[in-house]
Amino acid sequence: MTNLIKLSAADLSGLLADRSVSSVEVTRAHLDHIAAIDTDVHAFLHVARDAALATAARIDARRAAGDVLGPLAGVPIAIKDVLATQDMPSTAGSKILEGWIPPYDATVVRRVRDAGLIPLGKTNMDEFAMGSSTEFSAYGPTHNPWDLDRIPGGSGGGSAAAVSSFEAPLALGSDTGGSIRQPAAVTGSVGVKPTYGGVSRYGSIALASSLDQVGPVTRTVYDAALLHDVIGGHDPLDSTSLTDSWPSMAAAARAGLADGALKGVRVGVIKELAGEGFQPGVKQRFEETLALLAKAGAEIVQVSAPNFEYAIAAYYLILPAEASSNLARFDSVRFGIRVNPAEGPLTSERVMAATRDAGFGPEVKRRIILGTYALSAGYYDAYYGSAQKVRTLIQRDFDAAFAQVDVLVSPSAPTTAFKFGEKMTDPMAMYLNDVTTIPANLAGVPGMSLPMGLAPEDGLPVGLQIMAPAKLDARLYTFGAAVERLLEATWGHTLLSQAPELAPTEMFASEEGVV
Amino acid sequence: MKKAELMDYDKALELFEPVLGFEVHVELNTKTKMFCGCANEFGQGANTNTCPTCLGLPGGLPQVNAKAIESSIRLGLALGCEIAEYSRFARKNYFYPDTAKNFQTSQYDEPIAFNGQLTIELESGRLVTVDIERAHMEDDAGKLTHVGGATGRIQGADYSLVDYNRGGVPLVEIVTQMIEGGEADSPEIGRTYVAAIREIVKGLGVSNARMEEGNVRCDANVSLRPRGSNILGTRTETKNVNSLRSVERAVRYEIQRQAALLAAGGTITQETRHWHEDTGITSAGRPKSDADDYRYFPEPDLVPVAPSREWVEELRATLPEPPAARRKRLQANWGFANLEFQDVVNSDLLDAVEATIAAGSAAQAARKWWTGEVARLANVAGVAADSLVHPVQVAALIELVVAGTLTDRLARQVLEGVIAGEGTPLEVVELRGLAVVSDDGALIAAIDEALAAQPDVLAKIRDGKVQAAGAVIGAVMKAMRGQADAARVRELVLERAGTAE
Repeated sequence: MTNLIKLSAADLSGLLADRSVSSVEVTRAHLDHIAAIDTDVHAFLHVARDAALATAARIDARRAAGDVLGPLAGVPIAIKDVLATQDMPSTAGSKILEGWIPPYDATVVRRVRDAGLIPLGKTNMDEFAMGSSTEFSAYGPTHNPWDLDRIPGGSGGGSAAAVSSFEAPLALGSDTGGSIRQPAAVTGSVGVKPTYGGVSRYGSIALASSLDQVGPVTRTVYDAALLHDVIGGHDPLDSTSLTDSWPSMAAAARAGLADGALKGVRVGVIKELAGEGFQPGVKQRFEETLALLAKAGAEIVQVSAPNFEYAIAAYYLILPAEASSNLARFDSVRFGIRVNPAEGPLTSERVMAATRDAGFGPEVKRRIILGTYALSAGYYDAYYGSAQKVRTLIQRDFDAAFAQVDVLVSPSAPTTAFKFGEKMTDPMAMYLNDVTTIPANLAGVPGMSLPMGLAPEDGLPVGLQIMAPAKLDARLYTFGAAVERLLEATWGHTLLSQAPELAPTEMFASEEGVV
Repeated sequence: MKKAELMDYDKALELFEPVLGFEVHVELNTKTKMFCGCANEFGQGANTNTCPTCLGLPGGLPQVNAKAIESSIRLGLALGCEIAEYSRFARKNYFYPDTAKNFQTSQYDEPIAFNGQLTIELESGRLVTVDIERAHMEDDAGKLTHVGGATGRIQGADYSLVDYNRGGVPLVEIVTQMIEGGEADSPEIGRTYVAAIREIVKGLGVSNARMEEGNVRCDANVSLRPRGSNILGTRTETKNVNSLRSVERAVRYEIQRQAALLAAGGTITQETRHWHEDTGITSAGRPKSDADDYRYFPEPDLVPVAPSREWVEELRATLPEPPAARRKRLQANWGFANLEFQDVVNSDLLDAVEATIAAGSAAQAARKWWTGEVARLANVAGVAADSLVHPVQVAALIELVVAGTLTDRLARQVLEGVIAGEGTPLEVVELRGLAVVSDDGALIAAIDEALAAQPDVLAKIRDGKVQAAGAVIGAVMKAMRGQADAARVRELVLERAGTAE
C-alpha cells in the first residue's frame, strides 16, 4: 500500500475521488504519524484526533452517497493556532489565551471545513506571531524536521514543520513579515503570502492589521494553489478584503507545468536582496537557480529597490504600533486567563495589569512597549508617520521594478535554519532575519517561498522567494510551478525526499494505525 | 455631595465673561450596530446583542454600517457642515472595561463632517449662531453597573457588571467651536442649542432622540474669562447632562461656582465633572488635560470612507425642512398664540399635533387633546405622550366628539380604552357602550321615573321654579351612567313636566 502521508494533497485528492482510499484512512495515517513523531517535532499544540476521524467519516459517507465534493474534500489540514476555531483551543501561542475556545470559526477555517477538508489540530507559533523561530511560543518551540536542534522558522514554524515532517499535507499559516515564507524556506516546504486583502483575516488573531495575511503552507506549489482557491476571495466580514473576482490559482499552477513556461519571463533580481551578506550556501543556490532559469529561457534582469534598506526600520514601527493596540483587548474581562495581583486591591486596572504581566511573554511585551511609544503624542510623526512614508516609498520601488519585470526573486531568508538560542538574546539579529520577506508585506504584494536546494555547508533547505504585483497571485503560481518543475527535474527528486526519517518505524496507513 | 460656594449670577457676569462649548453625542437608530451585524436595540438580557466583533474577541473585525454613514452625512448636512471627500476612522486607545477592544473606533483628524453652523433663537428672540467644528462617527461603549457601592458609582462598589449590548452602537459626536458672547443668556444658549440638535436629529429620523434614554447626551464645557482680559480661563467639562433643563442648570451652576472660586483667588482645575440631577450641582470627576494621550492612529482594519459628491447631493435632497422654519410655518398655519405653540413645542408634541391635524382634526382640538388629556395620562404612566397613542386615533376621537357621539367626559374614557389597547375609538365606544344616549324614548322613560319619585320637584317646576329641574336631571344622568347629553335631558324634563300638567 502507498505511504499515504508522503502523498501530495493533489494525489490524495485523486485517490479519494476514485475511492481507492477513504478519508478515514488518510486521516488516521496522518494522526498516527503525529502520534509517533510529534513528541520530537512539537508542531502541534492541539490534536483533534476524534473530531478529525469523525469529520473524515462524514466526508466518506457523503462521497458514498454521491455528493459532489470539492477537490480537497477528505484531505487533512493543520491549522495555525492564530486562527479562531470553535471546536479547538485557539491560543496564538500565548499563555494569556490558554485553553480559550472561541465561539466562532475564522472565515478561512469555515471555508476549509465547507470544502470538506479535515482539520487535524492547531499548530505551534511564536506568541501572537511575533518571532522567526517559534522559540517565543509560550508552549515550547517546534523543532525543524531536518535537524531537531534547529528552529523551524517562525512565526509559523508549527505549520511548516507539520507539512515538512509529513504530519499533514496542507496547513494554514499567517504572514505579517514572513511568517509563512521564512518557515517554508528553512523546512524545505512551500508557503504563499497572498496579496493583502486576497484572503479574509476575519478570525485571524491580529498581530498587525495592515500587514497580516493568511495563506497556504504545503509541500508543492500546486497544493498551495488548490488550498488558495479554497480560502481566497471576498469576505464581507473583513473590510479590507478585496472584492475582485480571482482566477483559479490551481489552473494558473497547471499552466506553469507546460513546456516552455519559463521562456521569455522577465525575472527581476533585486540588487538589495541579492545575497550580499547572506550565508554563502544560500547565495550559491540562488545564483545556481538564476542560471537554471536563464538556461530555461527566462530573462534575468537586475533591478534596484533603494528604499528596501529602510523596510525593517519601518516595519518595526508599524507592526508594534498596530500590535500594541490590537493586543489591548487581552485584559481578562471577557476571555482568556485572569490573574489577580499578589497583593493589594482587586481593581479592574490592577487585575488587567497582573493578567497582562503574567500572560504575555517577553517579545510581546517588548513590542507593546515599542508600539505604545511610537504612537505617543509628540513621537507619532517622527515614528509612525515616517514609517508610513517609507512604506509608500517601498510600494513605489515595487511599482518601478514591476514596470520592468514580471516577477521579482530573492532568497527567502538570509540563512538556513539556525540553532535554538542563537538569536534569542539579540532581537536585532532575529529581526534582520526577515529582511527579505518584509517588503512584500509593507507593499501588500503576494510572495511565495519554494525550495531551491540544500546549502552545501550545512545540508539544510534554502528557499527561493518569488514576488508578483498586487492581485497577480496567479502569476506566482504559474511561475512557481514552472520553477519547481525545473528544479526537481534537475535534482531528479523532490527536496523533502532528502529529509531524514523521523519516525522510529516507517509509517504505513493501516486500519489499526498503531506503531 | 457638598454644594460648592456660589457667586450671585448677576455678580458673576459683572466680573466674568462665560465661554461655552458643547459636545453632543447622538445615538443613531440604525437597525444594526456601527461595526457589526448585531441588533441596535435594548431590553433583552445582558450581552445578548453581541458577537466576536463588538465583544472585542480575538480575531473579530469591524465592518462599517452604510446606513450609519448615510445618517451621519445627513446630520452633517443639516448642521450646515461640509462633508469630507475622504474620511477615516481612527483608534482612540485607552483601557476601560466597558470598551471591549480597549480602544474606541472614532474619527480623529479626518471627520466625516466639519465647518457647520446652527442658528438658534432664544426666548427673547435673540438669534445666536453656533459654529460647529465637526461631527464625527464613533462606536458607543458598553454599560457598567457598579454593585455594592452606595451611590451606584464605582467608588466603594464590590464589583461591576458589564453589558456590551450598547457596545458598538453608532454615535455621532457633534463638537462646537467656542461660543463667546453668550453673556447672561449662556445657560439658555446651552439648553436651546441641545434642543435644536435634538429637533434636527428627530426631524431627520436618524435618532430616537430621547434624552431620558440617552439617545442624545451632552457634555458642557464652561470657562470664565475675567472682564477686560483676552486670555481664556481653564474649562471644566460637565459630562452626560441628560435633559434640556439640566443643561441650562449645569451651565449656570458652573458659571456661579467658577466665579466664586476665581474671585476668591482660587484656580479652576481642568477636569470632567459629574452632574447631579437631584441636587442640581456638579462634582469633580477625573482630571483632564489637553495632553491626554489616546495614541490615535488610523484604524487599519477599515478602509477610508469616501462618499461621492453625487451621493452627498442625493442625501442633501432628502433633508427635511429645517426645524426653525418648520415651526414658523406651522404656527402660522395653525393660528396658535405664542404660548399655545410653545406649550406644544416644549411638550415635544409638534409631530403628534401635526399628524393629528393632517388626519382631519381642527388645530385647536388637536392641541387641546395632546397637551391636555394625553399629556396627563403620559405623565401618570411616566412615558412620552407621543408613545402613548397614535395621532390617527386621537383624530378619530376628536371626530366622535365633534359628531356629538361622545361628550368630552366620555371621550376621556374612550381614550383610556384606546391606550389600554382595546381598539380604535369607535371600537372602544362599542365595546364599553359609551356612546351618548340620543334615544329620547329611553331618556323620557328615565325622566318619568325620576319625576314620579320626586313629586315635590315636579310641583316646584310647575310652580315656575325651573332651577329645581337640576335634581331630576342629575338623577337621569346617573341612571344613564353619564351617557346622555345633559342639555337634551333638561329640555325633555321641562317638556315632560309641562305635558304632565
